[in-house]
Amino acid sequence: MALTFREILSWCEENHKEFWEYMLYDDMHIREVSAEESMHKMDAAFQVMCDTIATYSKDRLSRSGLVGAEGSRLEDYRGLELSKLNALGIKPPMCGDYMGDAMIVALKMAESNACMRRIVAAPTAGACGVVPAVLIPYYERNMGSREEIVKALYVAGAIGQVISERASISGAKGGCQAEIGSAAAMAAGALAYLQGGDAQTICHSVALTIKGILGLVCDPVAGLVEVPCVKRNVMGAVHAISCADMAMAGIRSVIPPDEVIDAMAEVGEKMDPSLKETALGGLAATDTARKLEESLL
Amino acid sequence: MALFDIIGPVMVGPSSSHTAGAVRLGLMSRILLKEEPVNGEIMLHGSFATTGKGHGTDRALVAGILGMEPEDMRIPDSFQIAEERGFFFTIDTANLKDCHPNSVLIHLKGKSGREVSVLGSSVGGGSIRVNKLDGVDVDFSGQNPTLIVHNEDKPGHVATITFMLSSNGINIGTMNVYRDRKGENAVMVVELDQSVPQELVHQMETIDGIHKVIYFDGMKEDGGSSHGSDLS
Repeated sequence: MALTFREILSWCEENHKEFWEYMLYDDMHIREVSAEESMHKMDAAFQVMCDTIATYSKDRLSRSGLVGAEGSRLEDYRGLELSKLNALGIKPPMCGDYMGDAMIVALKMAESNACMRRIVAAPTAGACGVVPAVLIPYYERNMGSREEIVKALYVAGAIGQVISERASISGAKGGCQAEIGSAAAMAAGALAYLQGGDAQTICHSVALTIKGILGLVCDPVAGLVEVPCVKRNVMGAVHAISCADMAMAGIRSVIPPDEVIDAMAEVGEKMDPSLKETALGGLAATDTARKLEESLL
Repeated sequence: MALFDIIGPVMVGPSSSHTAGAVRLGLMSRILLKEEPVNGEIMLHGSFATTGKGHGTDRALVAGILGMEPEDMRIPDSFQIAEERGFFFTIDTANLKDCHPNSVLIHLKGKSGREVSVLGSSVGGGSIRVNKLDGVDVDFSGQNPTLIVHNEDKPGHVATITFMLSSNGINIGTMNVYRDRKGENAVMVVELDQSVPQELVHQMETIDGIHKVIYFDGMKEDGGSSHGSDLS
């Protein structure tokens, strides 16, 4: 069980192992399973993510009716031909293909969660779109093999474990920084690994991600995992990609990764309870949110 | 947290506490009833009462009572499945004093007339605790193999049960004994490191002064519970 990134780094160095292997051995030890069994289970989790995206339908709405179909709306915009764009008098989307796909997957997965479809909480249900958003397009665009994707999920798992031990992955305890923030840090580390980054680079991608998202509050409208949660998954994915790119460029976090996580814990503790999944503050306390809440009851 | 609690559980959305945890609470009541339920009264408390509908807590609880697990894709359709299978239920809200914000009181009646009343809470990440069983205060998670023995509050029953377990090489993880009043109904909840063979459970049931024995293998990570669900 990893309590610090420093521990993982020194373990990698002493044993000449890769970052992801730390988590593999941890799982093998705790559940008393073989490496094959562990990786098979992780592969199955990735398959669940892929299946949910493959069976997405724009015709589904959440029970409140507040979310649904956004993923396909973005997909439609990205698919518009030049003639159509010209006819509409608008320009094509700005994000490139990989980033664009990541945004679409983030929306589709988070909407699927709100529509009671099957998801993999990573680390939570509300943030379930972030990690698949960076991994599924990476896999489908043949940027990495299935085995590499599975290993990247171990990297993500180790990052989530350190955050859960040192800070929190629960919105009720640490605000949205603990949910979308943790998911984004996990996604950034997974990408840094896939892109060939070493253990140091992975840790710095995490630090850069958390620093950028520090203090984000959890203020769900009507207490539902819908608004703003679904769209925040997109932010988490895009942020993760940018931080992985920064880390791969050799950009380092001035504040070491473990200290960043400690800061995250402190900010979470100091955050007002009205901003921690209670639907009493932030967006949840706006006039529109209150009206929606009344109409839903 | 363990790896597959971070990358997982695999579950039907939208909320680990309000949906996955609710399925597990329903499933736990079914296990504690020990037979096919035909009637149910469900009382939602706190956050379950206020945001339960939007989170599908109601459907999740019924799905669990029908034997589904948190990753079952049929959870959203559980009301219809309940009707098809002849399980009738009511769902209400109530202020159940002194309990966790995500709590539910489930009263089930089985096809042979057996009844059970379970007060449970969803404590985060899909984990649950059972707080009251048939009116007696208890506290267990259901994650490990668990043995629940209802007996007369008289000397010797605890010793007998623990001796039977140790003679079969079964190690006790945690053990708690509860009673409603001195000399009346007592409950022991024993969480174990190994599974208990069915014959041993039957032997316990025949002991004088033991009213009821419930045993289940425990809900594993990913929401999978290794007890046999008879939902076809």
